[in-house]
Amino acid sequence: MKRRTLLKTSLVTGVIASTGLLIPGRVLAAYPKAAFESIDIPGALTAAMGSSEYAESGDIKIKAPEIAENGAVVPVQVTSSIADTESITLIVSNNPNPMAASFNMHGSEAFVSVRVKMRKTSDVLAVVKAGGSLHAAKQEVKVTIGGCGG
Amino acid sequence: MTVKALMSHPMETGLRKNKKTGKKIPAHFIEEVIAKVGDKTVMEAYWGTAISKNPYLSFKYSGSKGDVLTVSWIDNQGESATETAKVK
Repeated sequence: MKRRTLLKTSLVTGVIASTGLLIPGRVLAAYPKAAFESIDIPGALTAAMGSSEYAESGDIKIKAPEIAENGAVVPVQVTSSIADTESITLIVSNNPNPMAASFNMHGSEAFVSVRVKMRKTSDVLAVVKAGGSLHAAKQEVKVTIGGCGG
Repeated sequence: MTVKALMSHPMETGLRKNKKTGKKIPAHFIEEVIAKVGDKTVMEAYWGTAISKNPYLSFKYSGSKGDVLTVSWIDNQGESATETAKVK
């Protein structure tokens, strides 16, 4: 019994130590696991940012293909001209877990470009957090071959 | 300054099955990417499984030529990598 307790303790210590060595910021930063595991959009937004209410905004531009032949690799680019954009969150509405990514700008220009997987034809939603409120824009991407199969 | 980064990673969703064995392939994906100039974080990204295999990331930050930029990632299995580049 005692031996088991000891093993457990040392294992925990080991994990913390190695994480700390890899990226010191990791211990402090909070990965929004619940938001990524959420199966609906309001749940994901609430878990990530405390609210799922947003105002549609023309100051957020999404650049994504109208038709994506390969859902495994869909380029998406988001630019926000909303003052003091703190973060940009990317949502793919019809994915099993809609939240795809979240970017904290740290004062950098509000622009990100990534490639995402899309299961099927869906809206791509970009949610911007600025000045304590949420703003969003969306664009539909038609997917010919889904990006989640093997 | 515009930064473009390519990372080599399988980005497994955990939903795919191995066709031969029928067993699910465990999720293996990058959870966090941090870009720093010196000690200052200029961009921080949290990712789920929907980011494509061998991820591409581009962002812009205000800086100057000669900056030493460090980009690190860590995945859900605790693996990590760091790359450093001088901004031209």
